[in-house]
Amino acid sequence: MTSHRYDAIVIGGGHNGLVNAAYLARAGKKVVVLERRHLVGGAAVTEEIYPGFKYSVFSYVVSLLRPEIIRDLDLPRHGLEILPLESTVTPMFDGNYIAGWADHDLTRREIYRHSPRDADAYDEYGHMMHHMAMAVKPILAMVPPDPTSLAPSDLKGMLSFAGLFRSLPTRQFHQLYKLMTMSAGDYLDEWFETDVLKATKSASGIIGTFMGPRTPGSAYVLLHHYMGEIDGAFRAWGFAKGGTGAISKAIASAAREAGAEIRLNASVAQVIVKNGRATGVAMANGDEFHAPVVVTSLDPKRSFLQLIERKELPAEFVRDIERYKIRGSSGKVNLSLSELPEFTCMPGNGPHHRGAFSISPTMEYVENAYDDAKYGDFSKKPYMDIVIPSMIDPGMAPPGKHVMSIFVQYAPSNITGGWNDEKREAFGDAVIDAVTRFAPNFRASILHRQVLTPADIESITGLTDGNIFQGELALHQLFFLRPAPGWARFRAPLKGLYQCGSATHPGGGIMGAGGRLAALEILKDVPR
Amino acid sequence: MLIARSSSVSHIMAHRSKSDMPNHRLKPTPFHDRTARLMLGQSWRRWAGFTVASSYDLSHEREYYAIRNSAALFDVSPLYKYHVTGRDAARLLDRVVTRDVARAKVGQVLYTTWCDGDGKVIDDGTVSRLDDTTYRLTAADPNYRWLGDNARQLDVHIEDVSERIAALALQGPTSRTILELATESSLEALKYFRLVNTSIRGTPVTITRTGYTGDLGYEIWMDAALAIPVWDRLIECGTSYGITPAGMLALDMARVEAGLLLIEVDYYSSRHALIEQQKSSPLELSLDWTLSLDKPQFNGRTAIRAEHARGAAWKFVGVEVDWTSLQSLYANVGLAPRLPTQAWRTSVPLYQAAGGRQIGYATSGTWSPLLKRYLTLAHVEAKYSAPGTTLEIEMTVEHRRKRALATVNALPFYNPARKRA
Repeated sequence: MTSHRYDAIVIGGGHNGLVNAAYLARAGKKVVVLERRHLVGGAAVTEEIYPGFKYSVFSYVVSLLRPEIIRDLDLPRHGLEILPLESTVTPMFDGNYIAGWADHDLTRREIYRHSPRDADAYDEYGHMMHHMAMAVKPILAMVPPDPTSLAPSDLKGMLSFAGLFRSLPTRQFHQLYKLMTMSAGDYLDEWFETDVLKATKSASGIIGTFMGPRTPGSAYVLLHHYMGEIDGAFRAWGFAKGGTGAISKAIASAAREAGAEIRLNASVAQVIVKNGRATGVAMANGDEFHAPVVVTSLDPKRSFLQLIERKELPAEFVRDIERYKIRGSSGKVNLSLSELPEFTCMPGNGPHHRGAFSISPTMEYVENAYDDAKYGDFSKKPYMDIVIPSMIDPGMAPPGKHVMSIFVQYAPSNITGGWNDEKREAFGDAVIDAVTRFAPNFRASILHRQVLTPADIESITGLTDGNIFQGELALHQLFFLRPAPGWARFRAPLKGLYQCGSATHPGGGIMGAGGRLAALEILKDVPR
Repeated sequence: MLIARSSSVSHIMAHRSKSDMPNHRLKPTPFHDRTARLMLGQSWRRWAGFTVASSYDLSHEREYYAIRNSAALFDVSPLYKYHVTGRDAARLLDRVVTRDVARAKVGQVLYTTWCDGDGKVIDDGTVSRLDDTTYRLTAADPNYRWLGDNARQLDVHIEDVSERIAALALQGPTSRTILELATESSLEALKYFRLVNTSIRGTPVTITRTGYTGDLGYEIWMDAALAIPVWDRLIECGTSYGITPAGMLALDMARVEAGLLLIEVDYYSSRHALIEQQKSSPLELSLDWTLSLDKPQFNGRTAIRAEHARGAAWKFVGVEVDWTSLQSLYANVGLAPRLPTQAWRTSVPLYQAAGGRQIGYATSGTWSPLLKRYLTLAHVEAKYSAPGTTLEIEMTVEHRRKRALATVNALPFYNPARKRA
């Protein structure tokens, strides 16, 4: 058994763990990141599963990677390159389609083709969402205040929180209230009449959640999309050159340059607790690492229910973590293709292949997909978000060939009878059938397929129940409630223990905010 | 040579015989037949009397990213080009330009400026040594008369080949792979600022490892009459490697990232300057490295050597606008920061920090989508030119002139290893 001493130990080398380590190292701390797998990235990894074909295995686009992180860590110099994903095309059953293009005039004309009223509404809706996103967005960079506390820092936090909403005109405040309480479907009904438009918009709002487009609370996620748009020319939204693994590699490179050590194939078995204080970690191989600061980037169930003995934590906290909702709802299918899919609605190869395809032909289709999952099965006709990374970064596949990433919803982690090989393949078949319906050459073009169910996501990445956000992004689990009431400030009810994963505020997506904010909090506690 | 000449004559004849090409129109480039088909937004612009694309797509964004992510194909045919041949070719060029041409080997390319007698920059461009006694000079402005004026009593022949030679720039990380497929040869041995003669689909071409993007890239020079097959072959070979025809808007952003200056934008040719202050010396443009001060004679030598001895009063530097500072200027009026979506070409005042006096001006700027930094190219008084110096830059926010913090940067802002590798 070997023993190592550091200023801080970060458990898990996903993007948040790496961001956290980079900031701590930049502040002069001796930091080690312990990653169980043979590569960094967690759910943001690129792997060459089949020779020449590179898959962004899990997470496949980057949405809200914080601009301040990109700047502070100088990520472009470390290889980060975010390329635009330009369009979304939704094929319809009757051979028609609806498309959103990068160009505003083209998009407007496209919606006009379906409904002149909706074309007008689209601009007004965008304007409204932009305003609300402006008001809400600063929250992303805020350490959540505790509304029940009278500590000066909490009061100050609550005041600035309230200030954000005060800045909204009355009409927009009402809209925000609606967004936080309504379903995506109902909210969109107030704006639009074109069914396929609403289906596509609401579908993007249910990604990663165990909600249907008619589930109250689902409207809120619509707003998240506009937060990315505020960054505008800054564009932290798109496709990372080299896949999402390249983002992790860039952050890791920045962390190493700042002096952080990253250990791969390093599986943490337990957090060492002495006299009510986290003092290090014990590894699966018996080694020990010691540090006054232990940061976990894992999801709270894994962190607090598996790596720490229950007696070391308050019973109430343990109960809150047990109640924390973390159901997996999505699967992923990665394919190698011999040729591009030719969609019946848009024959031939064209610029649309550089964007996304949304398989969300009607509201009913998406709602039915949810119904399957609600009753314990995967969607027989699933909602899918499809991109062809090799069209954007030619390095992802051999010349003339392509890779395709299909995000699939719903695939419940708690499927009746549990997941097994047979169900995985049946799930993969359902996905391919559903795409082939709109692109007849698709099935025959498949060279390799990798089907990932929530059970696979969990077994590879360690994310409990394969939930891609480390816990649902529902209002009752956000801000000062994420992951548990009273413990939203990146600390834990154990001295020396901190949390920085997607299960902390603001959560979800390749944002990195949790990793950064946690580091800033840690540095407040630990003298430099 | 004879073959090339006769075909170029027939090319000119063909043009003259076209009655639908009245001479009150701008000229199409030799690639117009191909580029016109790609043009979606009718966004053409002028360049030296020709029309070239601002962007082919409705937005130049994808074309910009192609430069850094795959390969962008630019039609740069409107460049002025001169062939200088004869026993005294090197002597003529050495009289004109600031670099040491006599020492250039066959197959070498030099970036250089050239100056008037007072040591002020007339133009900048490249000199390629094509063989023992033949050089090609590229220029942003017409220089036929200037070369002639300097060639008195020299055994040299100067030919304006601007319209006879078509040119493409293929720039970006996959450019080498594409060119190797197109030429069916390895370009591994072709070093930065060197050239090779080869052919693409039967058209003899000269490929130089040069460009205006600061990335791995090449420029391809060919007979204008035989140019179209080269374009077609490049597209054919490049499609699987992300080849993307790109226009001047994308190029303009990339060249700011690369810290490459542009005539009539970042400096005035001394020929066009109306007052003395509008002129710049190579030292004031921070082009010290292009000066061979020990050469026995070149235009402006005496003045430049004197200026070199006393130190230039001005320097040309990179200046980055501080994001946090810009963001708070906009936040004060309730807006998210507005970033330029294209490179700008206006003069923007620079000040000493903490509200001090004006000490310079930026002449080009762009938001770099790649670096996520707001970059400008600027002239500053020499004592404010050290990298890391904090300055202020004028930013107009909601109609009001404000000052944002800015920092002097070493150029280039972006300098990937593959550029020279």
